[in-house]
Amino acid sequence: MIKISHLTKKYDVQKALDDISLEVKKGEIVGFLGPNGAGKTTTMKILTGFISPTSGEVQIDGINVQEDSLSVRKKIGYLPENNPLYEDMTVREYLSFVSGMREVTDEKQQEEIINTCGLSNVLEKNISELSKGYRQRTGLASALMHNPEILILDEPTSGLDPNQIVEIRNLIKKIGEQKTVILSTHILPEVQATCDRVVIINEGKIAAVGTIEEIIQRAKGKEEIYAKVKGDEEKVKKVLSDIPAVATVTKAEEESAEIKGYKITAEEEKDLREEIFDALVANGFKLLELKRIRVSLEDVFRELTTKEI
Amino acid sequence: MKHFLAIFKKEILSYFNSPLAYIFTAIFLVTGNWLFFQNFFLMNQASVRSYFDLLPWIFLFITPALTMRLWAEEKKSGTMEVLLTFPVRDIVVVLAKYVSSLVFLMLVLLLSLSLPITVACLGNLDWGLVIGGYVGAVLLGGLYLAMGLFISSLTKNQIVALLLTAVSCFLLFIISSSFVLQSMGFLAPVFRIAGAADHFYNMARGVIDTRDLIYFISIISLFIYLNNQSLNSRNWKA
Repeated sequence: MIKISHLTKKYDVQKALDDISLEVKKGEIVGFLGPNGAGKTTTMKILTGFISPTSGEVQIDGINVQEDSLSVRKKIGYLPENNPLYEDMTVREYLSFVSGMREVTDEKQQEEIINTCGLSNVLEKNISELSKGYRQRTGLASALMHNPEILILDEPTSGLDPNQIVEIRNLIKKIGEQKTVILSTHILPEVQATCDRVVIINEGKIAAVGTIEEIIQRAKGKEEIYAKVKGDEEKVKKVLSDIPAVATVTKAEEESAEIKGYKITAEEEKDLREEIFDALVANGFKLLELKRIRVSLEDVFRELTTKEI
Repeated sequence: MKHFLAIFKKEILSYFNSPLAYIFTAIFLVTGNWLFFQNFFLMNQASVRSYFDLLPWIFLFITPALTMRLWAEEKKSGTMEVLLTFPVRDIVVVLAKYVSSLVFLMLVLLLSLSLPITVACLGNLDWGLVIGGYVGAVLLGGLYLAMGLFISSLTKNQIVALLLTAVSCFLLFIISSSFVLQSMGFLAPVFRIAGAADHFYNMARGVIDTRDLIYFISIISLFIYLNNQSLNSRNWKA
């Protein structure tokens, strides 16, 4: 549905985007993840037709964004970075301006969006007097006004408090059931909470694409297990190392002289928890804790975006 | 057309929502009336000629204030990105903004009609001059506004837009004055045509000449075109 091919954007000499290609299917929620200045916003500005790429092209439903910008814009709802709004208008005035620009005459549709975004209480308030959460809802409502097929949201939760973040996320999830959503963020849990697929962008290039599971899997490679065992350190280490497929055993922490935690890595991608349990029990040790160590998206993100080039 | 009306409505609304517009309207009416009536009774003539002599100078301060925020504020607050990703051509946005500022100026000029009406009560006023003067005022104001709108699109800072516009309007107005022409040598004929002063004063004398009309309309179109180009520049493949 959205096809980005070989997109490059230069500002003067600096390359903001460097040969980005990506496809987004209908109905997906895709998260752009990257440090500040990675090129997320630039990509979104090009997708919405606000700026042109230096080279490369974007096609939405087979329509080139540069050639037929107006028909593409009709399909897209866009919430720019920092959610700019006309401060001197009331919410009602602003939304009625937006419906004018979007040629939405159906009042039922307008009301429905106002209700979905929970704005009915603040319609007569000046936008400059709104809290950040309500500002964000107003921005979302204006992006949703014409019931677009595609929603592009640039950092939709930035600057909100934790409760508001959850609210907005739920709203996005609800909306995302019927629409294609592209959102950008530098907050990792956000991606985990809302997105089907993640695109990690760094220095204008795509560093990784896939579901969160896929990306983590690819990055971690080896399975790691943590076990806390009561017993003599040397003996426990020996028992654990004797299990086939165990590569290394290292002491991770010491709770007391008797109880110690160990980190065990497998030789290949294999869940060793059962073998470890059986081996320890068979040798009369008391197993107090056992868990797989999950590589988090944080770790992957850090690895992918701080790599020396 | 729907888009045009939606933007036009938004801009007019924001004029009436902001105290600035009222302040400038008040300043315009008060200074205009004061400067005129100061000498009016000394001259003892039922003529508004001296008012139209003053008008271009008062405009120098009023019209830049009407246009300064039109683009600069959109740029600064980022709403420009919202506005220009609606399914609407840039030129429609430019025209809607321009027309809204022109309509607001015409409303202000309408209020200043109190002045010739007062004069007409006191003596025998030549309404032909008044009509010519007001047509000239709308055209000259329209020219200043087109320039101001274009300059506003070049900066994020409203004050910069205000001052640059005032200076540019001033230059455009005086380049055809004899004082400047004297020192221009062979360029003098060009400057004589390019300056706004003669074209305006012709009309204020009650002479509505097609050459003057063409002058105003073509310079206004030029600045509208430049404004469209300056919006377009975001798409240049640098």
